[in-house]
Amino acid sequence: MLKVDQIDVYYGNIHALKGVSLDVAEGEIVTLIGSNGAGKSTLLKTLSGLLKPKKGDIQYLGASVAGKPVQDIVKAGISHVPEGRRVFANMSVEENLELGAYLRKDKQGIREDIEKVYELFPRLLERRKQLSGTLSGGEQQMLAMGRAMMARPKLLLLDEPSMGLAPLLVKAIFNIIEEINRSGTTVLLVEQNANMALSIANRAYVIETGKVVLSGTAAELQASDKIKSAYLGGH
Amino acid sequence: MDWLQQLINGISLGSIYALIALGYTMVYGIIRLINFAHGDVFMIGSFVGFYAITGLGLSIIPALILAMAVCALLGVVIERIAYKRLRNASRIAALITAIGVSLLIEYGTIYFRGAQLEVFPSALPTKSFNLWGATISVQSILILSISVVLMIILQIVVRRTKVGKAMRAVSHDVEAARLMGINVDRTISATFAIGSALAGAAGVIFGIYYTKIEPLMGVIPGLKAFVAAVLGGIGIIPGAAIGGLVLGLVETLVSALGYSNWRDAAAFIILILILIFKPSGILGKNSREKV
Ligand SMILES: Nc1ncnc2c1ncn2[C@@H]1O[C@H](COP(=O)(O)OP(=O)(O)OP(=O)(O)O)[C@@H](O)[C@H]1O
Ligand SMILES: [Mg+2]
Repeated sequence: MLKVDQIDVYYGNIHALKGVSLDVAEGEIVTLIGSNGAGKSTLLKTLSGLLKPKKGDIQYLGASVAGKPVQDIVKAGISHVPEGRRVFANMSVEENLELGAYLRKDKQGIREDIEKVYELFPRLLERRKQLSGTLSGGEQQMLAMGRAMMARPKLLLLDEPSMGLAPLLVKAIFNIIEEINRSGTTVLLVEQNANMALSIANRAYVIETGKVVLSGTAAELQASDKIKSAYLGGH
Repeated sequence: MDWLQQLINGISLGSIYALIALGYTMVYGIIRLINFAHGDVFMIGSFVGFYAITGLGLSIIPALILAMAVCALLGVVIERIAYKRLRNASRIAALITAIGVSLLIEYGTIYFRGAQLEVFPSALPTKSFNLWGATISVQSILILSISVVLMIILQIVVRRTKVGKAMRAVSHDVEAARLMGINVDRTISATFAIGSALAGAAGVIFGIYYTKIEPLMGVIPGLKAFVAAVLGGIGIIPGAAIGGLVLGLVETLVSALGYSNWRDAAAFIILILILIFKPSGILGKNSREKV
């Protein structure tokens, strides 16, 4: 479904991604783990079109999307839930969801999908008229995910959904990621919480200072000594 | 002293400031630029209204709509030509450019038509009526209604329409807005168009109310509307309306008390006081939003 081929991405002179390749097949949950500053967010931003690769190519559903405008990529079915949620704090929960469907014209379908998001996240339903800036971190994460789902993505990019959340909430969020995946959305999940990420993923890539250093099935990586010591807290 | 009449005068003046301030605040909200050419767009609106009425023989509402349309286009062109490439430049570079655009419009106008005054035709009925002993001109009521209608339309556009939601999204977080599929360039153009159209309307209303128009007429109302925008909380749309009204009322009050020489100073004293005591303005939150 998605094939990233040897991409190089820069911020000015900073070489943030160095020949990164990875692929995601339809229906999978693939996770990308790595420590701070490894380049995980940079990769997601490049996939969603916020950044342009200097070299290399990104094939999605058989066509190149490298360097395409974000709105074209969203239209093609890639939604990106950014790091730190980035909900529109000055707008209500429901307005945020409506913005998620910005490129859609089917009013009826949008209404139905808003209801579906409320089914997935009942807490958002109770707060639909509330300004999203007043939501808790977990609720904002739910809103950011719901907002991304409103574009009816085929591929969902999630950037550290567990960041700053209590363990119980992390578990709930990960359950929902699995549910979203079961209902037909492919997921590329960036995480520092490697334990949790590997527990729901099919496959994983490990990225360090802009390079993919390891990849394999989730089970292989869970068993790898290197991963255990570096990312799974050494046990 | 005729308080009711003064009150209405203050509100009318304030509604003109408010219309101009809305454009300042919308543009600031979306690209964090103080568009110093905004007062000159207001002036152009006034002249378009003037020529539409005297030259084309239009009546007030068509003239108003024409002035708004021309100004909307002018605003979009200014943004595309002068500001767009400066989006990632330093603020001072953008500010200097804005001042340059302002001078260009002012002296371009003088170059093409000269600096002489023009007397705006009285396009509205000049009758007045009595209300509780006060003499109120029909004109000031009509002016006020036009402003109020425009502000209501703006509020509906910003709250309810897709472009309005896109504007709010972009002003809050450009990158997140792009991730929704929002076309940021087009949204910024729309903001300039709407803000400039309101300034154009203010120009026509100003002409009707104060009758004299000239190419540098935008400078002082522009600065005062900027004060009004800061007073209300720059970037906050209802704030601009409130700031404009407060400023209009304060100025009228200062004149009514017999200190008309201090009228213009009042605005700038207010600006200094806000910057000292509440830089975020009446509706602004004192703390920065958490990122
Ligand atoms: N806007 C930017 N300008 C310059 N350098 C940047 C920018 N954003 C990121 N970088 C640099 O690019 C590198 C990769 O950053 P990135 O945000 O992709 O890391 P990450 O893996 O997402 O880290 P984290 O886990 O902390 O979110 C870092 O060295 C970072 O300093
Ligand atoms: Mg990151």
